[in-house]
Amino acid sequence: MARYDRAITVFSPDGHLFQVEYALEAVRKGNAAVGVRGTDIVVLGVEKKSAAKLQDSRSVRKIVSLDDHVALACAGLKADARVLINRARIECQSHRLTVEDPVTVEYITRYIAGLQQKYTQSGGVRPFGLSTLIIGFDPYTDVPSLYHTDPSGTFSAWKANATGRNSNSMREYLEKNYKETSGQETVKLAIRALLEVVESGGKNIEVAVMTKVHGLRQLEEAEIDAIVAEIEAEKAAAEAAKKAPAAPKET
Amino acid sequence: MECVFGLVGNDFAVVVADTSAVHSILVHKSNEDKIMILDSHKLIAASGEPGDRVQFTEYIQKNVALYQFRNGIPLTTAAAANFTRGELATALRKNPYSVNILLAGYDKETGPSLYYIDYIATLHKVDKGAFGYGSYFSLSLMDRHYHSGMTVEEAIDLVDKCIMEIRSRLVVAPPNFVIKIVDKDGAKEYAWRESVKDAAVASA
Repeated sequence: MARYDRAITVFSPDGHLFQVEYALEAVRKGNAAVGVRGTDIVVLGVEKKSAAKLQDSRSVRKIVSLDDHVALACAGLKADARVLINRARIECQSHRLTVEDPVTVEYITRYIAGLQQKYTQSGGVRPFGLSTLIIGFDPYTDVPSLYHTDPSGTFSAWKANATGRNSNSMREYLEKNYKETSGQETVKLAIRALLEVVESGGKNIEVAVMTKVHGLRQLEEAEIDAIVAEIEAEKAAAEAAKKAPAAPKET
Repeated sequence: MECVFGLVGNDFAVVVADTSAVHSILVHKSNEDKIMILDSHKLIAASGEPGDRVQFTEYIQKNVALYQFRNGIPLTTAAAANFTRGELATALRKNPYSVNILLAGYDKETGPSLYYIDYIATLHKVDKGAFGYGSYFSLSLMDRHYHSGMTVEEAIDLVDKCIMEIRSRLVVAPPNFVIKIVDKDGAKEYAWRESVKDAAVASA
């Protein structure tokens, strides 16, 4: 096996591209990220690893805008992310220049995935070590979208998905608890999924919300703390209800 | 003959352009908007070769938008003007654009500003400027009546004087003009001055 994992362009005898699989490992070591689609809103949440004391946390933005109506969060090698994001931003403007229309979410996802795939089939390069969650609203519609790409260049649309550290637990949680939601309920679902694997608190998660009307909005720490408090209260109430379902009413 | 002119007021900048699209002796349309909204607080009034005008200003607009996404903050008016000038200069001795531009903008820190950029990549920061045959009239009028810190009413009054002068004294004067203004609240269309309206199609 060792002979087949050096160069990206070499298949192993059992049909694996080891460099791509190792890139997926890099993604699995990256920070947790979750995306949830509602009926009129789509939400991205990303784990924020505790910042070094001297680091200016405002310079580390994990959820970025690609255009007014499309945003992206990723898990994996952040330096690779910068390159992909830059190319995607250029493509968004280039598309507007040549066809006088903003990109659809699917178009820009296909572009990013295409870029990731190119780097799995060229000599002398390695794949991008990141998976992305792309959200947005197509122009001229009110329909929100959520897409996921990975280092192999595969992409697909999702109702809710997670990537990065412990993504399997988050995805399991989402599969169990997903239902069509809108507005604040969608935000809560995303944060609840993230809290399954991240230490609770506003300073440990970054959340951004996209609506058709307001575009991308990053939630402030205080807002996130408030929602987390609501979620914990709901959890506590559910626990209490479970413990004493037949408690007699006080007279 | 295309007329573009503009001036800076106390906390705004105004630009005016004619709205006729002409090819040789034919007027294609008389409501062609030649003032593009570059971003929320910038206006670019352009005159010259029609293809170049649209291609070049749209190219500048998309690059200004890209800068904002990459860096999280918009370009200043001065930076946008210098970028525009740089693109004209680079193309000048290979494949020049025949476009004259007045770039008006408002920055929170420095207030309103107006930049004169001609087709051979001259760049000047000015209080008032004009392009085309109309400039012979509008510059003279603005020299006479302009003072710094004009209010919107005073500025529009001066603009109207210039439009009247162009209409009466220029042999092939364009009939219609559009006025756009940029201030702390953003760039927007202020008014049209029409002396010829495209006739509405009579109903059967």
